[in-house]
This record gives sequence, structure tokens and C-alpha cells, in this order.
Amino acid sequence: MTKKSNVFYFIPYTFWLLLFVVAPLVLIVYQSFFTVDGQFTLDNYQAYFQSGTYLRMTLNSFWYAFLITLFTLLISYPTAYLLNKTKHKQLWLLLIILPTWINLLLKAYAFIGIFSANGTVNDFLAFVGIGRQQILFTDFSFLAVATYIEIPFMILPIFNALEEMNPSFIRASRDLGANNFETFRRVIFPLTLTGVKSGVQAVFIPSLSLFMLTRLIGGNRVITLGTAIEQHFLVTQNWGMGSTIGVVLIIAMILIMLFTGEKKKKGVAHK
Amino acid sequence: MKKLISMILAILLICAGLYIGADQLEKAKGITGENSLNLYNWGDYIDPELITKFEDETGYRVTYETFDSNEAMYTKIEQGGTNYDLAVPSEYMIERMIDEDLLIELDHSKIKGLANIDAQFLNQSFDPSNQFSIPYFWGTLGIIYNDKFVEEDAIQHWDDLWNPELKNEVMLIDGAREIIGLALDSEGNSLNSKEDDQLAAAAKKLSGLTPNVKAIVADEIKMYMIQEEASVAVTFSGEASEMLYENENLHYVIPSEGSNLWFDNFVIPKTAKNFEAAYAFINFMLEPENAAQNAEYVGYSTPNKEAMKILPAEITEDEQFYPNEETMKNLEVYEDLGSKYIGVYNDYFLEFKMHRK
Amino acid sequence: MKKQRFKWSNLYLIFIFIVLYAPIAFLIFYSFNDGGTMTSFTGFTLDNYAAVFEDTRLIGIVLNTLLVALLSSLIATTIGTFGAIGIYFVKKRETRNAVLSFNNILLVSPDVIIGASFLILFTFIGFRLGFVSVLLSHVAFSIPIVVLMVLPKLQEMNDTMIKAARDLGANTWQVLLKVILPSITPGILAGYFMAFTYSLDDFAVTFFVTGNGFTTLAVEIYSRARQGVSLEINALSALMFVFALILVIGYYFIQQHNMTKKQKNKKRQHAEAVSMR
Repeated sequence: MTKKSNVFYFIPYTFWLLLFVVAPLVLIVYQSFFTVDGQFTLDNYQAYFQSGTYLRMTLNSFWYAFLITLFTLLISYPTAYLLNKTKHKQLWLLLIILPTWINLLLKAYAFIGIFSANGTVNDFLAFVGIGRQQILFTDFSFLAVATYIEIPFMILPIFNALEEMNPSFIRASRDLGANNFETFRRVIFPLTLTGVKSGVQAVFIPSLSLFMLTRLIGGNRVITLGTAIEQHFLVTQNWGMGSTIGVVLIIAMILIMLFTGEKKKKGVAHK
Repeated sequence: MKKLISMILAILLICAGLYIGADQLEKAKGITGENSLNLYNWGDYIDPELITKFEDETGYRVTYETFDSNEAMYTKIEQGGTNYDLAVPSEYMIERMIDEDLLIELDHSKIKGLANIDAQFLNQSFDPSNQFSIPYFWGTLGIIYNDKFVEEDAIQHWDDLWNPELKNEVMLIDGAREIIGLALDSEGNSLNSKEDDQLAAAAKKLSGLTPNVKAIVADEIKMYMIQEEASVAVTFSGEASEMLYENENLHYVIPSEGSNLWFDNFVIPKTAKNFEAAYAFINFMLEPENAAQNAEYVGYSTPNKEAMKILPAEITEDEQFYPNEETMKNLEVYEDLGSKYIGVYNDYFLEFKMHRK
Repeated sequence: MKKQRFKWSNLYLIFIFIVLYAPIAFLIFYSFNDGGTMTSFTGFTLDNYAAVFEDTRLIGIVLNTLLVALLSSLIATTIGTFGAIGIYFVKKRETRNAVLSFNNILLVSPDVIIGASFLILFTFIGFRLGFVSVLLSHVAFSIPIVVLMVLPKLQEMNDTMIKAARDLGANTWQVLLKVILPSITPGILAGYFMAFTYSLDDFAVTFFVTGNGFTTLAVEIYSRARQGVSLEINALSALMFVFALILVIGYYFIQQHNMTKKQKNKKRQHAEAVSMR
């Protein structure tokens, strides 16, 4: 019976998987073996792995994606936790998501206005006597804006996990004499781990291939794989090389999924 | 469960409302298959009043679709699936599209007013005898500076960008052809160079520019220069004219040793359906009065010499945007480099960008 | 001591909200600027708003954008939820991980790649580009995020409930409607909102797969960047934002109102129990 229902659940999903994931994937892998002139080749992969430029770029991408995810998590977890305790928590949650509905480019422009040499932040710094600083085109501004963009995508899953948590667990933990920190470490955090994981996935993976913010806010001082892919697809029109980098990204993502996969969880469930 | 169902119903209801609303708007425009003109252009690159005027005069209905880069537009037209009757690519892309047989040869007997275009903008290397394209706007690549931070005469040539006093003050446009090209020009070479040693020398020279570079950005340069975030930038004349309009401390210089001359021209892509409407629109835009109005709205330089007679002298006598013959002589139009050298230019440029830390 | 901590936590939330809304306040502030740019405020005007209402093309684009976003996220949520349930029932861990990896491919692929490959796909089957191709693409790239949002809820669900329901003779359909869906509703709603957000914000994919006069707001805004985005767009965003805000708050209070007293009481007790700790 489970088998049958499974098939039923899977029909539209599988259809989507085949048409919009497998087909493009095959296309990308296929293209990565061709030069601009349509010759079959392994040169693209060779170029990728032998060029210091691309390898450095890959490292850069992972490092920045890691930082973005870390900062987002550090800010979002307490926010989700505190939100969950407020009175109209669903309303506040909706209000957290609302800013994401404003176009990204416009928000980036707003940040340019806020961080610029004569912008709001610098006016404030000058006013309190610290003096104007170069904020735009620094790692700080890039990470700040990228984190800003990703925060709602992290809060939402964590909030959901917290909300589902059975409050009696906390009570039990307290009754057993655990202090706040211990309760958090041993009860709350482990129970919300699934939410944290889906948040990390929803933030880290797209962060690997950010490209617009790297230019707008980072002034191309931060170069990620997304920048290179965009350039190969849109400027050089070297779709082969662009696809090669895409394939590398996809393999990296699968590896990440394996590491953050739900091995433990599964074992517990089948006890 | 009830909550889910009621939400689904509410969403469907709103969707129906939106659909009807959008449909009504469409109908109000009166678009049918036969009288519509699909125009594919850069965003906000035409005076909307002119579209209305064209619709009133001819009875055609214009569907205006926009793109944000030549390459993106090329991909759309090459893949097909839509019927663009008229598009406005830049010159190097026109050359490529001619090579790949993506454009329709123009029937010059249907075009009225080509004589209005200044002869120096016709018969360019990318389209000799203008079989495929009609000039829309043109411009140059140059340096824009802020006289609050930089002395008026300190910047006249590409080499001035390397001045150590400009440490961390220069903003560059995010384009491989432009940046490698300016390095080639500064060494007295052609910006269409395919000589490996010239390119290597240009790349080497560029790496010396790194300390002066504040950022490599695209359209945002305009915003940054108006806000006085940087004192010097390399940008296109069209962008520059808008910056000057917003901030009077800014000035634009075309280095006299050579720079890029660019065109945005009308073409009729292979995807076109409504040829009559396309020709009607080209003719409409060639009329001096309309070209002048459009040039004032967009702020770019018009190739229409009759329109220039109508435009105020302060626009047409401005050497920043209508440079003198001496400078014009040294300007070069980009040629299609072929895929190998596009790759070489881009690799050098990517390396230059990565250099920066 | 306890009171003190409560205040600090409120302060943190207030700070987060200020940060989240600062750029939006900035945009709205300058929508009233008659200077034409977002750099210096030269004077108050409503001209930018008037321009929005005169621009029927822009209004049409907004309607289309909302239509695509609402409808695509609805379809994506439906398919994604069923997909997640399907994945949940797969017994072999390797298979699950494999399916999940495939699921996430669209999340990791840069938009440009997705857009270009969708374009090739559509033109390959001879599909006419326009509303339907944009809708299908948005459904396609929203599904993985829905699955990511729903799956954790399923894993938290009590397995024994399903078994119990089955033992009591419930069929697949009943199990789905009475047991599974109610317990994963928060995940589904979260997925819907995420999908909606992705759809509203997407530029690159939409650009490639649109055509024949159909445009969304994001595509329009990006293609205006070369000329500089005018304050008319600020005004439009401000209007849409305020509208969304009213909708959200209104929806919430209607929801609150409809809640039966009993539930309300229960909720309050629950909240008190938590806050007392």
C-alpha cells in the first residue's frame, strides 16, 4: 500500500525532476565537453583545474559563502528564538519576510545610498566624530548586504522548527535541574537542528554563486564562481566553460548535501 | 486542512482577478496580431511620448520589450520563440549577427530619410553600405572626472589614470573590451588588436593600474559618480551625459590618442513578422523632429544631422558629446574579434580583476 | 533579573527589524524626492506616484508579475509538498539522498545557467515563449525550496500517528488529509512564501524564457539600469510594499478574529507557560 501511494505522490514531482532538472543537467554536462567552436574536448576541465585563477575563485566562493551562512545563522537563530516567544509571532514572522518582496536591485541601490561616501552611515560616523570611512567595495559591505538578503531564508525554517518543539521537553529539562545554557545545548538546539540544516542549505548553496552583489556592492573586489559563470554565458558566450564551472558547483553541492545529510536522524527514527 | 483549502481558493480568486485586469489592459491597448510592432530595445531608451505619437500617426500598436545586454538579447533572438520585429543592438553584435545570418537585409526603397543621417556614421566597417542596420544613437568611451577632487587639466589621456595621486580613486566599467582596449590605446595600438605581444603588454600595463582601481562596476557607475563616491571613472558618453546633468562638477574627456566609437543601430531580426510596421518605425525615427525629441529625452548623441539643426546649440556644440574632427579621426569601432580572441581578452580581464588583493 | 532579560531580547528584535526595514525606508523616502535621484533630497513631490498611475504599461507588468508569482508558487507548493511526502516514504537512505541531491541542483545552479538551459529546452520542444513558459519556469525553480521547507516537518511528524491511522482502517487519501497535511501545514505555508519570494525576485531566468510582450517587474527594472532606475520605480515599490503590509496585517487580524475563543485561550495559556519559564 505504501508503495502505491508513493507512486501517486511522486508523479508530478518526477515529471518535474525529469523535465526541469535531469534534462538541463544532461545539457550542462554535455556542453561542458565542447569548445566554443563545437569541438569535443576535455580542455574545459583541464583549464579549470590547472588555472590558478579558477581554483582561487573557487576557494573564494566557498569562503564567502561560509562567512555569509555563519553570520546569517548567528543573527537568525536568536531572532527566530525570540520571535517565537512574542505574542503575535506569526505576524512578526510575516513582517520578517515582507522586505524580501522588494526587488533585489532596488535594495542594492538603497544600500549603495546608505553605505556611500556621503551616505547615511557616513553622515552618522562624521556626526559622532569618527569620520568618514570607505564602506562600499569592502568585504564588510559585501558580507553585510549578502547576509541581509539571506536572513529571512534562515529565520523561516528555524522558526518553524522552534514552533513545533514540544514545550514540555524544556520544562522537563528544567525540572531535571538543567540551567538555561544546558537546556539550550542539550534540548532546544538538537531539536531544532533539522530547521537549522534546511536554513543552512537554503543559504549556503545559493551563496556559492552570488554574482550581482559582488559587482554592485563589492565592486568586483570579491569574485565568485557566479561571476565567472555569468561572464562565460553572457560575455564570452563560451557556454562550454560556463557549464564546466556549473558542473563543478553541482558536484560541490552534492558533497555538501552528503556531509550535512540526515544520517544520524535516520538511525534514530528506525530504532 | 480547512485553512489550506481556503487559502488555495483565495489565491486562485486573486489570480483570476489579476488575469482579468491584465487582460483588460491589453485589450485597451487594442493589440491584434496584424497591427502590432514588437520592439526589442534597451530599457528606457526611447521617449515614451514618441511611441504614443507613432501609434497615433500610423495605427500600429507597439509592444515594447527590453533587454539589459547585447549578449542576452543575442541569445534570445538566436534561440527564437518570439517575434521581434525591430531590435537595437550595438555595432560589434550587429557584425556577429550578420555573420550568423540572424538579420534581414533591409530594403532601402522602403526607408525614407536615410539622407538625414550624417555620412560619417554610415558605411561603417561592421555593416558596409548599411545593408542591415540604421544608426539610432552613437557615442564614445572616455574618462569622467570630478573637478572638486581633480584638476581640470590633470586628466586628458588614458595614461593619466596611472597617476599615483589617484590611488584608490578610479572606477572602471566592467567590460573586457573596454578595459583591455584602453590599455592598448594608451600604448598606441589598435583596440581591435589581435597581436599576442601587444595584448600581453596591455595586460602587464593594466596590472600596474590595480592600486588606483577602486571598483569595477557597470551601470552603477552613474550613481556612484553623481554621489561623488570616486573622483575618476571610465565610462560611456551616454552614461556620462546623464551624470553631467545631475552633477555639475563632473566633466567628460575623450582621450585624443584614441578611444572607442560605438553605435546602437536599428536592425530587423530574422524573427520579424511585421515588416511594414518595422519600416514605418524606422522611418518615423529618422524624421528630424522625432530624432531630436528622442535625443533630448535619452541624452545620447544623435547621428541625425537634420535633427542636430533643431537641437539647442548648447547640446550640439558640446565637444564632450559631439567631439571635434581631430578626436573623431582617432576613434575606432569595435570589430568582432572571433571567439578565440574574445576568450583571450576575457581571460586577461578576469586575471586583472582577480589581481586585486 | 528576569524582567531585565526580557527587555534586552526585545531590544534585539527591534534592532533586527530596523535593519531589515532600513533600505526600504530609504527607498520610500526618496520616492517623494523631486530631485530625480536617490542622492540628495531636494524637495517633496508626489509626481513620481502620479507617473506610476499614468504608466499603464508598468501597471500591466505589475499585474502580470503578481499573477505569475501567486500562481507559480501555488503550483510549486502543491508539487513540492507531494514530492516531499514521496521522499519521506522512501525507505532506502541512499535513494533519498540521491533524490534530494537532484532536488537541490536548481538551487545551486546560477540563474544564468538555469535560464539559458530552460530557454534551450522550450525552444527545442517548439514552445511559444510568453506567460506559460515563464509560469512553468517559476514553478520549476520554486519546487526545490518547497521540498526543503516541508521535509523537516515530515521528519518531525510522529510516525506512529500514520501507523495508528492505518490500523484504524484509514486509506491513503484519508491518511494524507487527516494526518499528514495538518501536521505539516506550517512547512507548506513557509514553502509557499519562499516560492512566492523567489518568483517575485527572479530576473535572470525570467529574462531568458519570456517573450512576445510578456514581462515581469524584475526584468523591467534590470533593463532600465543602463539608463538609471527612475524614482517612478521607487514609488511603485513603495505602493506595492504598503499594499502588502496592509494585506499581511489585515489577514493576520481576520485570522485572529476567526479563531475560536477556545483556541485563543489555549494559546494564551501556552504562551504564559512559556514566558513564565
